[in-house]
Amino acid sequence: MSARILLLIGLLLASANALAGPKIQHWMLSNGARVYFVESRELPMLQVRVVFDAGSSRDPVEKAGVANLTAAMLDEGTNGLTADDIASRFEGVGAEFGAGIDRDMASVNLRSLSDSALLDPALDLFARVLAAPAYPAENLERQRAQALVSLQKDAQSPGAIAEKAFYREMYGQHPYASDPPGSEQSLKAITRGDLLAFHRRHYVGANAWVVIVGDASKRRARNIAERVIGKLPAGKAPPPLPPVRTLYSGWQKRINFPATQTHINMGHPGVRRGDPDYFPLYVGNYILGGGGLVSRLSAEVREKHGLSYSVYSYFLPLRMPGPLFIGLQTKNAQRDQALKLVRQVISDYVAKGPTDAELEAAKKHITGSFPLRLDSNGKIAENLAVIGFYGLPLTYLDDFIPRVEAVTAAQIRQAFRRRVHPEHMVTVTVGGGR
Amino acid sequence: MSHKFSWLLLLSLWLTACSQTHETTLDNGLRVIVHEDHRSPVVVSQIWYQVGSQDEPEGRTGISHVLEHMMFKGTAKHGPNEFSRIIAENGGRENAFTSYDYTAYFQQLEKSRLPIAFELEADRMQNLVLTEAESSKEIKVVMEERRLRTEDQPEALVGEKFMTTAYAVHPYKHPVIGWMADLQSMTVKDLRDWYGRYYTPANAILVVTGDVQPKEVFALAQKHFGPVPTRSPVKTAEAVEPPQKSERRARAALPAEVPYLLLGYHAPVHASAGRNEVAEWEPYALSILGGVLDGGQAARFERELVRDKKIASSIDLDYSAVSRSPSMLLIEATPANGHTTAELEKAIRAQIERIRNEPVSTEELKRVKAQVVAGNVYSRDSVFYQAMQIGRLAAVGLDWRLLDDYVKNLNAVNAEQVQTVARKYLVDTNLTVAVLDPQPMAKGKPRSAPRMGGGHVR
Repeated sequence: MSARILLLIGLLLASANALAGPKIQHWMLSNGARVYFVESRELPMLQVRVVFDAGSSRDPVEKAGVANLTAAMLDEGTNGLTADDIASRFEGVGAEFGAGIDRDMASVNLRSLSDSALLDPALDLFARVLAAPAYPAENLERQRAQALVSLQKDAQSPGAIAEKAFYREMYGQHPYASDPPGSEQSLKAITRGDLLAFHRRHYVGANAWVVIVGDASKRRARNIAERVIGKLPAGKAPPPLPPVRTLYSGWQKRINFPATQTHINMGHPGVRRGDPDYFPLYVGNYILGGGGLVSRLSAEVREKHGLSYSVYSYFLPLRMPGPLFIGLQTKNAQRDQALKLVRQVISDYVAKGPTDAELEAAKKHITGSFPLRLDSNGKIAENLAVIGFYGLPLTYLDDFIPRVEAVTAAQIRQAFRRRVHPEHMVTVTVGGGR
Repeated sequence: MSHKFSWLLLLSLWLTACSQTHETTLDNGLRVIVHEDHRSPVVVSQIWYQVGSQDEPEGRTGISHVLEHMMFKGTAKHGPNEFSRIIAENGGRENAFTSYDYTAYFQQLEKSRLPIAFELEADRMQNLVLTEAESSKEIKVVMEERRLRTEDQPEALVGEKFMTTAYAVHPYKHPVIGWMADLQSMTVKDLRDWYGRYYTPANAILVVTGDVQPKEVFALAQKHFGPVPTRSPVKTAEAVEPPQKSERRARAALPAEVPYLLLGYHAPVHASAGRNEVAEWEPYALSILGGVLDGGQAARFERELVRDKKIASSIDLDYSAVSRSPSMLLIEATPANGHTTAELEKAIRAQIERIRNEPVSTEELKRVKAQVVAGNVYSRDSVFYQAMQIGRLAAVGLDWRLLDDYVKNLNAVNAEQVQTVARKYLVDTNLTVAVLDPQPMAKGKPRSAPRMGGGHVR
């Protein structure tokens, strides 16, 4: 799973919502790992998701990419088994294994049918690759080479260039600045020892959250959790991440690139998970640029002026303040016109806030779509992982609708004035033209 | 192993028995298919029009997709974009998509809101207002979409070049989004004609999945769609691609960093069965063949070309047996650094030769079939995806009951059949190859009109 997909999962929860959430059962293992379980017996399948505080923000200095390779190479070998053996054993029982990272977390996933004859071997193998990956040197060379090709592909994509530059500009020296897969230079510096050390330090009970969703009784789930990571050493959680700087001025970074369109990203550090302003900002952003084709940004930039196919804004809440991210693309000749229009829409919204009608519509959408956030085992597992990892209350899903309903227009206006500063935004443009 | 296997078969039979799908047809010709899934209080509603880019005449490519955008621009009753606003206010998500074979619109809602989706869809099925002002603006948006997805993506440009090379006659050679020049010349009158010709109940299929009762959905469909006047869609004869006689090659020299390779063989689909000596089992055998070559980390491409020989940095095989006209088995690949596209092509062709010459092993067949059975269960975790599966089949003119026998038919494929389809279709005379030849990326200059031998600007 790629870093970008994991980021999207963060967004899913950000917009999470009717009714009550699923019944979450929670317990701890003796090594400190926290377990979250939802029983769902309709389909004969089970998923296990183990997350660690081991995302790219934990990369050693000058070695961006270690966290990613540590996760991505779990199935490249373990004592006595090669990558080929591992692949054949998972896939031979129809199981799906995957691992990936975002800036905060590493996530290791298993999906299997629930029949013991299929599930048991899959779980045992899952436990083995989690506990004792071999990181063979030869496989590291290949993975490094593949990662470098992937970076080259990014270098021919204006969207990827813009996103990387945006994080780099905005976060400066903070670990969030670097691109999760790493850079050419940092990838070349990584050794097998780095991966083994990173795994030893971060893939430990005190740093783990285990999510189990599917066709199992609580008793069986307890057994599964124990089996999957009960034997990991307790270890300890990593120290808090450094604070994110506040921007006191805005600037624009222009990158020339041979393309017909210019990609524009703007924003500044926004909110962390659990931030008291989160709900007013979340509901407020739905109106500004989160609500697909019905947001203010989309109405102005796309529907009224036909300037862009896609225009949006979102807050990405992370362990430390993640970005307020505003994005669009337009043909090169329209770059300045589009930028001016977007800035105007944002400034106007920050100054005046939403209308009562807009707030009403936003609440109706967010609360009315709550059941869609939880209509599959896969989505429930994603939500549980976020609740566990970020220490949100177990009642988070149950509380979601009342908290959205409680947001007022005045709160949104105040929260936006306090937290959104159009004059302090970083703007990155990547494209051709003057 | 034998225990596992019989269990898998039992499971698939059990799931088949659980199939909760019902169908009816309204008097005006609208087909309504309902699939029950009561796990969550949600519903998915999709309406599929049997018109896609393959129905478009030369010079009007992209019109199905532009019309898809215009379907959000309002009726006499609802203004531009009001459709989206109403669905959003009802807690719904909605969108639409266009392909070679169909144009589809969907809403995902809490189950009690289904009547709202039906009312709006029935309204825009018959009362769409198409104005010059809205369409010229929306065509600009689509041009931005084309720039985003294609013009500035070297691999997408190679993909277009590949299709114009692989197909000589069939309109699959044109991109779904259309050529830029055709978008530039498209008028509101063209859009009105397209709408009048294809947007009628007799050319549409309504698919509903979720926590619903079929009888209630049928009654609700009758209430909202029943009064829509019926009209026969004006269909054109299906273009027939003549058999390819010799290998075809294309090369795109574009500013890019990484080389890229596309190989494709014309291949039959379920709709081809019974025609041109295509047996019903052939598309199933091709699907299994796809799994042997590329169905996961244990499959031959990953194991041998990526991990063992380290000649491919990435490689993907794509084959779908669900389309209106015969399709292609496609392989896209990026060479590992230090290897050329020529070397990678040679290695891929050696793999193809091997699957032609040697029967696949029992072990490989077992693995692929285990994945098929498990994948079928996993797919039921998504209410939306279940609607997609039913809708795609129905929209290309197939019976959705194929889903009931899908696992059984794949399980029935043997090694000899895999070899037979490999020998029949994966042959050099049926092959098209397109290569991206990266050129220096001069900074700051817009990528010039692609030097691709007459593709885009016509």
